Amino acid sequence: MMDPLQVMWLRQVKKYWRSKPRMIGSLGQPILFLVAFGFGFGHIYAKAGGGNYLQFLAPGIIAMSILFTAMFTGIELIWDRRFGFLKETLVAPVSRSQLVLGRTLGGATVAVAQGIVVCIISVLVGFRPEHLELLPLALVFMFLIAFLFTALGTAIASRMEDMQAFPLIINFLIMPLFFLSGALFPLTGAPKGLDVVMRLNPLSYGVDGLRGALTGTADFGFRLDLLVLVGVTIVVFIIEKQLFSKVEV
Amino acid sequence: MRGMPAIVVKGLVKKFGKVVAVDGISFEVKEGEIFAFLGPNGAGKTTTIKMLTTLLHPTDGMMKVNGFDPVSQMDDVRRSFGIVFQDPSLDDDLTAEENMHFHAVLYGVKKDIREKRIHDLLRFVELEERKDDLVKKFSGGMKRRLEIARGLIHHPKILFLDEPTLGLDPQTRNSMWEHVSKLRKSEGMTVFFTTHYMEEAARIADRVAIIDHGKILKVGTVDELKRQTKAKSLEDAFLKLTGRVIREEQSTSLERMRTMRKGWGR
Ligand SMILES: Nc1ncnc2c1ncn2[C@@H]1O[C@H](COP(=O)(O)OP(=O)(O)O)[C@@H](O)[C@H]1O
Ligand SMILES: [Mg+2]
Repeated sequence: MMDPLQVMWLRQVKKYWRSKPRMIGSLGQPILFLVAFGFGFGHIYAKAGGGNYLQFLAPGIIAMSILFTAMFTGIELIWDRRFGFLKETLVAPVSRSQLVLGRTLGGATVAVAQGIVVCIISVLVGFRPEHLELLPLALVFMFLIAFLFTALGTAIASRMEDMQAFPLIINFLIMPLFFLSGALFPLTGAPKGLDVVMRLNPLSYGVDGLRGALTGTADFGFRLDLLVLVGVTIVVFIIEKQLFSKVEV
Repeated sequence: MRGMPAIVVKGLVKKFGKVVAVDGISFEVKEGEIFAFLGPNGAGKTTTIKMLTTLLHPTDGMMKVNGFDPVSQMDDVRRSFGIVFQDPSLDDDLTAEENMHFHAVLYGVKKDIREKRIHDLLRFVELEERKDDLVKKFSGGMKRRLEIARGLIHHPKILFLDEPTLGLDPQTRNSMWEHVSKLRKSEGMTVFFTTHYMEEAARIADRVAIIDHGKILKVGTVDELKRQTKAKSLEDAFLKLTGRVIREEQSTSLERMRTMRKGWGR
């Protein structure tokens, strides 16, 4: 028996599956980063005593692809409003909390799927997960990153009507979130000020946890990673829910 | 409850900043009745429907829909009605059947009756052969028919139709009204529709409310309206009440442009 939550979820997954150009297009950037950085910086990183850079980088790129896909999911809300479908869901006898949860779960699922594809591509170019028994934990971290940033993207979208402005704002947020998350270079040894910013960035804990689960080196430790991610996710989801309840059409 | 009015509205007001879209209207719609809001563009028809269907909060006034208050009993109200919006409201990236299925699940239509209802309604609006096509491949008229079918899946007690026949050819228009009146008989459904076609209001509605600038000028059967204004036809009555005619061609093309602009973005 389908319930409203499932049907909301299914709709998003179906739409994503059908838009192959979007799917393939969003793989371009992670592949480019893996190849350009992975092979470009690889020897410098090794020379500096860091070991195999691809092992370090791949979890960061997986997190990046999840971050991007999740945040941009918010645009679907703007489309739904613009093309009128949002009205159809808002007059249905379904609570706003269910509507927003269904949306966020759908977007998060799509982002995790994207992350898994990037993970497979990483393996194809030479990345080797070191602890197969920790793969379920890696999935947990992927899901938390996905859910957190889908909620954030949707929260922002529920306050915006302009399709052109949304990508600009999201890019403005995504870039610092990504570059200052420890995805590309390690936190340890970063200059003092930068170090503080990186510790304030929730994505840092997602990258750290994911890297820990895939390669065995988590700087913060899984416990802190999970604690921070779950905490921030709950707060952002509550804000998203509040903003979505105020949406009018 | 028998005899209870399907819709009660008293002193309803909606302001958007300085614009008074709905200016203190009162009316009742009886159960099983077909009731029309007739008025030109910008009269406040859509705004009234949006308040009755929980999409907008009124600035002032009282409403009851199927006995429930759209402000404080949203869910009960939402379970009571079906709606066909003035502007498009389908998901173009889903198939016709998926749009129907989505709606049926949101409204809690039980699985065992769901497929049959979807199937019957799609056949009725002559879209059965196209059920697996993405809606974006549909023409405007086909989309409209699908929206009408969708609004009926959960057998609503009250059906709101906001300019439902806009952009439909006469044949589809007739068959839509035929089906609506069939449902009214079999299900005892109440119908509230808005239009700026005189002919449609006169032919379809049991009672008509003439609305202009956010105010209801007169409510009654077409005969009553004609008698009270000493007019020969509904057009004539409308002219006497509002001091103007609805120029159909002009308003339709305006509406179309508005709908298109909404669809394609600025
Ligand atoms: N969201 C809104 N913000 C500001 N003004 C609005 C809004 N919606 C409707 N209006 C104004 O309210 C008036 C009534 O509009 P509407 O109810 O759509 O009329 P109708 O459906 O009879 O054509 C118009 O002047 C319209 O411009
Ligand atoms: Mg209107």
